[in-house]
Amino acid sequence: MPVSILKQGAYLIASVQSALTDTEVIELRDSILERVAKYRSTGVVVDVAALDIIDSFAARSLSTVARTNRLRGAKTVVVGIQPDVAVAMSQFGLRLDDAYTALDLEAGIRVLTT
Amino acid sequence: MRDEIRVRIVSDADTVVARQAGRDEALRLGFSRTDATFIATAISEIARNITVHAGEGEITLRGLSEAGRQGLIVTARDEGPGIPDVPAVLRDDYISDIGLGMGLWGATRLMDEIDVSSEPGKGTTVTMKKWRGFDEVGSLLGTG
Repeated sequence: MPVSILKQGAYLIASVQSALTDTEVIELRDSILERVAKYRSTGVVVDVAALDIIDSFAARSLSTVARTNRLRGAKTVVVGIQPDVAVAMSQFGLRLDDAYTALDLEAGIRVLTT
Repeated sequence: MRDEIRVRIVSDADTVVARQAGRDEALRLGFSRTDATFIATAISEIARNITVHAGEGEITLRGLSEAGRQGLIVTARDEGPGIPDVPAVLRDDYISDIGLGMGLWGATRLMDEIDVSSEPGKGTTVTMKKWRGFDEVGSLLGTG
């Protein structure tokens, strides 16, 4: 899976490296949820700057991650959504329920620490 | 004019190939990056319908030139089970029994024209068009 997930103290940083297939989106979702439980993380930043699109399936999967984390008391911050991808999501009517968003990794970590 | 581009859709990896081909072709035809992303997103949705509901199919891309306007036509064909009630799946409240169903509706929001023809037991053909918009900002800046 073209995603790296690093543990940094109480937080996880998941970085998507390239466009993802649906199978890889599911792997990303499951790997994050598994690690949040394993490490008792209180926050996750998911960097999606490398995603070429966010369609209904990717949006639903990211929302599931955020909702599940929220139920465990962990925050999810999705960072790096490309401007064109954001316009397409908006036109489509896709939302990332229960997720925070931020411009980049640095801003995402600030969301977790404040 | 270049021949049409065909992408065989069998797995979700082919969906990525198809949407990237759609983006590249849109950019080549002079669409804005935003419109190219709309097209790639719509292709991703209709390609998923093929892999999930029909198993396999094909997506073709072709440049359009009609009445002084330029566009891109995307056609998705499969020989799957078909859609019994086409108007229903184009409504915004439609969710199929496996929780999908936003796909075609989303494509209608992202593309300019969409046509779905389906015959139960014989398959589905989705045809969607996007017309190249007038780039107002680019035109003012002399880059359009």
